[in-house]
Amino acid sequence: MKKQQLAFHIALGATLAALLAACAQPTPAPQQPEPTQPPAAEPTQPPAAEPTQPPAAEPTQPPAAGKGKIKIATQSPLSGGQAALGVGIRNGAELGLADMGKMLTDLGFEVELAPFDDQAKPEVGAANAKNIASDPDILCVVGHLNSGVALASLPTYRDVSLAMVSPANTNPKITESGYPNAFRVVGRDDVQGAVGEEFARTEMGVKSVYIIHDKTDYGQGVAEFFRQQAEKNGLQVLGFEGTEEKSNFESILTPILAANPDLIYFGGIYDQAAPLFRQARDRGITAKFLGPDGLDSPELLKLAGDAVKGMYYTSVAAPVSQFPDAAKFAEDYKAKYNEDAPPFSAQAYDAMGICIRAIKDAAEKNGGNKPTREQVLQAIREGGEYKGITGTYKFNAKGDPEKAVYFVLQVSEEDGDPAVVWNKNAVVKKLEIPAP
Amino acid sequence: MAVAAIPTPIVRRTLRMTLASVFGPLGQVFLFVVGSAVVLSVVTVLIAVLLRGTRTDVDLVQATLVILPQVLIDGLVRGFLFATIALGYTMVYGVLEFINFAHGEIFMVGAFAGAAFGSVLASSGVLSALPVPLYVVVAVLVGMAVSGLLAVSIERVAYRPLRGAPRLVPLISAIGVSLLLQDAVRLIANLSGLGFNARFQTPNFGPPIRLAEIPVSPDRAIPLILDVRALTFIIAAILMLIGLNYLVNATKLGTAIRAVAQDRPTASLMGINVNQIIALTFLIGGALGGAAGVLFGIRVGTVNPYVGFLPGLKAFTAAVLGGIGNIPGAMVGGIVLGFLEAFVASYLSLMTAGAFSGASYADIVAFGILILILIFKPSGLLGEAVSQKV
Repeated sequence: MKKQQLAFHIALGATLAALLAACAQPTPAPQQPEPTQPPAAEPTQPPAAEPTQPPAAEPTQPPAAGKGKIKIATQSPLSGGQAALGVGIRNGAELGLADMGKMLTDLGFEVELAPFDDQAKPEVGAANAKNIASDPDILCVVGHLNSGVALASLPTYRDVSLAMVSPANTNPKITESGYPNAFRVVGRDDVQGAVGEEFARTEMGVKSVYIIHDKTDYGQGVAEFFRQQAEKNGLQVLGFEGTEEKSNFESILTPILAANPDLIYFGGIYDQAAPLFRQARDRGITAKFLGPDGLDSPELLKLAGDAVKGMYYTSVAAPVSQFPDAAKFAEDYKAKYNEDAPPFSAQAYDAMGICIRAIKDAAEKNGGNKPTREQVLQAIREGGEYKGITGTYKFNAKGDPEKAVYFVLQVSEEDGDPAVVWNKNAVVKKLEIPAP
Repeated sequence: MAVAAIPTPIVRRTLRMTLASVFGPLGQVFLFVVGSAVVLSVVTVLIAVLLRGTRTDVDLVQATLVILPQVLIDGLVRGFLFATIALGYTMVYGVLEFINFAHGEIFMVGAFAGAAFGSVLASSGVLSALPVPLYVVVAVLVGMAVSGLLAVSIERVAYRPLRGAPRLVPLISAIGVSLLLQDAVRLIANLSGLGFNARFQTPNFGPPIRLAEIPVSPDRAIPLILDVRALTFIIAAILMLIGLNYLVNATKLGTAIRAVAQDRPTASLMGINVNQIIALTFLIGGALGGAAGVLFGIRVGTVNPYVGFLPGLKAFTAAVLGGIGNIPGAMVGGIVLGFLEAFVASYLSLMTAGAFSGASYADIVAFGILILILIFKPSGLLGEAVSQKV
């Protein structure tokens, strides 16, 4: 009902825009550099022009008046406990659009960022996805932060052939579930879990491990890969527990105190890890800590303090300072948002770049007209190598980058403002591993 | 027997009577604490003995016994947390027969007030120099003041105008207040630089106290520790419970509160200012919640705006378990629930050889047992023993 009304309004708007354009041809088309380009010939596009498009799925695009608007959506948690990373993704994408949006405005399109707040909750992400799907101007999505949220939203994107380029999702299911529209510029948890396990066994020299996870697709996933590898390689697993508790971990820590492991591996996000690690130290647990890329935020240091100094974590995204090409990005970010670029923001910049290049390619193929979502998706698939600020990406058939980089990092022992100290975290190990 | 609790005005209380009225209910609570600890320990050890044959890799009985003291301490701390929050629910229910669902958020606001206090002290550089006992007393008082005043204002704004309305209306108002407080605190925390996850800064409490070393093998011993923060929590909670019992059972104000709880129109005919007494009830309940929030924050180190929801829900359950409207009942219910959760969370995984994760099933098992208790004793553990409300 509401959808129909919306479609009707858009169609009405489109017709009016076409009429307006037809009557007043010399209206200032915003920054159209090539006046020689033929104006869109047919004000009312015949449906035969797009054979791939399902009938009545989208209203006809407004063809004239600067060829219409293109929106690129972001979805990440902008509020709540994980907002530090989620806002970074939005900001990174925003910078990307500001820097590279020219490719599209040069073709005569208006570009706009459509940020959505998924609150790190699958149900919110899925509801936002429906809104995104019903806005025909949105041609590409940059997101999410949480794999569980991405997995809840992907079916909706797939139904409308909308491409999602993720700057942060590491759960293998993202690309292994057969979604033709899922891409990511980061590595995978099956590899990340194995990298962590190997580092723990060979370089940290631990003999036993107690594994805790947050019961999400992401956290439990990476914890399970860690456990599989540990069991295969003879690292003793003393316990495997999941919890949604965010603040009071005493009843989880008591069995750990009794089990006395050499290492506690936490599969999850920093907002849970910080109180867990701190309470463990408060209770006299001396085990070392290790965790995946969800721990990669200055908030971990702010909330956990001394407990996490010197600890190791694996990541698919090193601090921005580790990427030589991202120096300008880091400066721009600091200048615009008045804080250091958090992890995954540079990846969001690259994900945005991939979206923009694909839309441009698709538009050029489409005779300079606004492409359909299918055409954009096709363009990402066939796009070949993309050189971004965090690396060069080429997607395989599943949507994984053919080669991904994995890092082992160590939290800096320095005192001071966590946001500053976090950028001094040292890269202990850097591995380039092809997608499995 | 309810009448007997209100002495005729001319009688002067002797010290013995005062002590009896304060420590009588506490003795009952103490018996329940010891009783439930013993029963749960015995049941757990029995299960461990029965299941001994199923595990070859560890000696189940030894593993059970080794962490038992720690589990009891955990359960006690958790239980006192639920008990102090449950008192707020039960006192308000006692006087108004209304469930103040915003009470979990009052607890959360207390925790945030403590976090803000710690943050202010830290930025002015005096925090680390402050002696721990002084810090605890001042922080708890700050939390009590903020939460108590908040509870009174909520009563004035959101509940008093609905006093004559059907039962469900103030309940819905309470749920609205609860959501409003969550998001208001979220907004303030984000704007003020505390952040969504606020670090609860405290002076250094020092290393945990090592009570004993339990040897498990020739080369390994497990320390039995008591965290100073946990000790602080237990001591503070006990002091508050004594104070509350004194106030309710041995002072004129307490008599007035009990009179309002028993029969509001008659109490008002006897010259008691009912509105004032109801506001006072909210003040006391809110202050207790705020104190619990600060002590909780000290113990866990991080607070966020949603931290009040689950403890609030569980404290409400504890109040019902003990017999809602009954002050010793709320304490007993909180402590029984705390023990149940600590035992299930710590032992379930061990007993089932890791098939069930204790931490994730603790709520299910604990609440399952609660349902059983309430089926057989619908008025709660102390619901019939003491028919008098508050």
